Amino acid sequence: MNSNQLQHQVLYMRRSLFDQGYLDSEQLIQLEDLQDDANPNFVEEVVSLFYSDSARLIQNIEQTLSNRPVDFSRLDDILHQFKGSCSSIGAKKVKDACSQFREYCNAGNAEGCSRSFQLIKQEYETLRRRLESYFQMVKQAKAA
Amino acid sequence: MSTASSSVTVSDQFPAGLRVLVVDDDPTCLRILEKMLGTCLYEVTKCNRAEIALDMLRTNKNGYDIVISDVHMPDMDGFKLLEQVGLEMDLPVIMMSADDSKQVVMKGVTHGACDYLIKPVRIEALKNIWQHVVRKRKNEWKDLEQSGSVEEGDRQPKPSEEADYSSSANEGNWRTSKRRKDEEEEIEERDDTSTLKKPRVVWSVELHQQFVSAVNQLGIDKAVPKKILELMNVPGLTRENVASHLQKYRLYLRRLSGVSPHQGNSFISSHSQEPPYGSLSSLSGLDFQTLAATGQIPAQSLATLQAAGLARSAAKPGLPMPLVDQRNIFSFDNQKLRFGEGQPQHMSSGKQMNLLHGIPTTMDSKQLVNLHHSAQSLGSLNMQASAHGNPSGQSSPLLMQMAQPQSRGQILTETSGGQVPRLPTSVGHPILSNGAAGAMLAINGIGENSRGTGYNSVSQTSSVLNFPLNHSAELPGNSFPLGSTPGISAGMSTLTTKGGFQEEINSDIKGSGGFMPSYDIFNDLQQHKPHNWELQNVGFAFDASQHSNSLQASVDVTPSVLVNQGYSSSQRNVQNSNVSAMGKPIFSVGEGSEHGIALNVGQHLNSLLVDNSTRVKSERVTDTSCQPTLLPQHFGQEDLMSAILKQQQDGLGPAENDFEFDGYSLDNIPV
Repeated sequence: MNSNQLQHQVLYMRRSLFDQGYLDSEQLIQLEDLQDDANPNFVEEVVSLFYSDSARLIQNIEQTLSNRPVDFSRLDDILHQFKGSCSSIGAKKVKDACSQFREYCNAGNAEGCSRSFQLIKQEYETLRRRLESYFQMVKQAKAA
Repeated sequence: MSTASSSVTVSDQFPAGLRVLVVDDDPTCLRILEKMLGTCLYEVTKCNRAEIALDMLRTNKNGYDIVISDVHMPDMDGFKLLEQVGLEMDLPVIMMSADDSKQVVMKGVTHGACDYLIKPVRIEALKNIWQHVVRKRKNEWKDLEQSGSVEEGDRQPKPSEEADYSSSANEGNWRTSKRRKDEEEEIEERDDTSTLKKPRVVWSVELHQQFVSAVNQLGIDKAVPKKILELMNVPGLTRENVASHLQKYRLYLRRLSGVSPHQGNSFISSHSQEPPYGSLSSLSGLDFQTLAATGQIPAQSLATLQAAGLARSAAKPGLPMPLVDQRNIFSFDNQKLRFGEGQPQHMSSGKQMNLLHGIPTTMDSKQLVNLHHSAQSLGSLNMQASAHGNPSGQSSPLLMQMAQPQSRGQILTETSGGQVPRLPTSVGHPILSNGAAGAMLAINGIGENSRGTGYNSVSQTSSVLNFPLNHSAELPGNSFPLGSTPGISAGMSTLTTKGGFQEEINSDIKGSGGFMPSYDIFNDLQQHKPHNWELQNVGFAFDASQHSNSLQASVDVTPSVLVNQGYSSSQRNVQNSNVSAMGKPIFSVGEGSEHGIALNVGQHLNSLLVDNSTRVKSERVTDTSCQPTLLPQHFGQEDLMSAILKQQQDGLGPAENDFEFDGYSLDNIPV
């Protein structure tokens, strides 16, 4: 693709991420604004940081959910952290899934929590793939 | 925030360069914040653990202007960190959280956060955080002023003004963290409504005593500012003054007892350690509490102080160790003193803060605490100072500093901006009597290893300084009655008592470094140059007169320790002569005298000077000596010196201290 096309592609992907609710546009723009010559890939850097750190959180949730009895307050704690992280990069869908999880948590519904957790992981992975493609496209467009 | 009052003059660059400490366990968020704050041209330090953050704050008291912290952290609750920072360092703290529920936000407010940001944080929200720094300083100024108005009379308290504005938790920040720019700002801020430089209300020992007794009368739980004000019946004192003081006092108590503020009172009673130096008693339990409350003083110190104070207290009714910001305390004294003079003093206090730059005003309570000569390395020192019944009441701050073992030298360093208080564990040389003590205390605290104890805010020392002076007289063991040297005596007394007192103090302080806050310095000096401070070396020739004590610091004493060195004898002489001299030695801070303390010392000295003019001197001198490492280099020793000198000049006069330490009037200090 030529440069123009690449640019279009980037814009298209971006638009989709927003429209489909994966990413919060405002937050992404905030992060993009922080990019400068010194940190040209800041957004990507932050997203990487998010994924590496949240992997730990996911593991914790996994573990806590498997314990009996289920420690809901601990789950709530972890989820709170996770949610905060998500909002930092604007991961909307993941964040919403977290909210849903928390509700089940508050209700003491372990089953509901498990299901929500599956959803969280799903969204989490989907977003990761989408973002990876996006960043790749951005690089390509830049290079072109 | 509107610098309603006049102009808060800040450097042109401000807020660029604002030193922000951001604490969050979430690395993603932390990175983003770091970048955002950098974009705002702030100087960012990030930290992912609250404990580490506290450590950093303690070791570098003057190193930060504002703290931003997450609420939810694994190792420590964000609110707890908030409280600690408020008590120890009195820096503005902004809380952040993804949680925006009303209760949590309210909690932030009640715990004293100056703002609460909801995550994800936008850069726009960060762009204006500097307002909290300015506001705090301004408020502190106002507090001082207002308190000072008691004496002043012409000051019109503007509590309402302050209370209203800006941040939600503004009131919570009783100690405006005026740093750096504080000096100017404060001075300028003062609206011209009142005198040019309205000194803040100085919570002198007496005033604090009154406060404490009023509180005790009402019962700590039932004590409301209005009633306290009525009971105190001090003309010119406003409800706001009392309110902010009460706040600090509560925290102080809470800190002392390690429980909720309600327990504060028990603290005093529970500790019945005999303070090594009899004079501590002057602090009277109340002070200790205050000190303790301020949190800075390690409970132990406080206890010690209390004990001392209680035991001995006869002497001073207990310095009114206002929980007020330590800074206030110092400033208070200074202010007071200055008032007579006309502001220059004020500067000192204010300046001190500035000078000390960063010397956390936490000294207030801390200082008091510092007096606590208990083993706390510094803690004791500070306490002692306070125990001595800060003549100026401010001493407490100093004392606190002293007691702050944490400050280990921080105190001084604080001023210098980071000079880690080299103060040898020796506990903080007894900060020069009140004035000096204040400074010294700060120093001492540092030396004491007051790590982190809020005393780093040497600035506060100013007030403390005042305090110690008087106390020294109190020191029972010492033959030297604090009162003897009326102004300086406070500080001096410590010193003087050093003779006899020193022993006591030293012994007590030993813990902390043997440094009785402010007083100890002297004592130590005398005794044995205990603790590292090299009091003797202080270099300043502190001629503090008279006493043959090594201090002889002819004020030229190398900045820091001036006080201790030759203090004891100097009481009388010192006072007078020293006063002027003091200005110098103490501030040697800049000189790099021994220890970074110098800066603090200077500050304190100023305060001391202000107080008693004479008193201060002696104290300061000692301090310098004590603080080996204190010299806060960084802050412009010159500034300090000039400030001190200025004070001296101004304050040299009559022991201006409004707060006449109990019984210590300069003139009738029973030696």
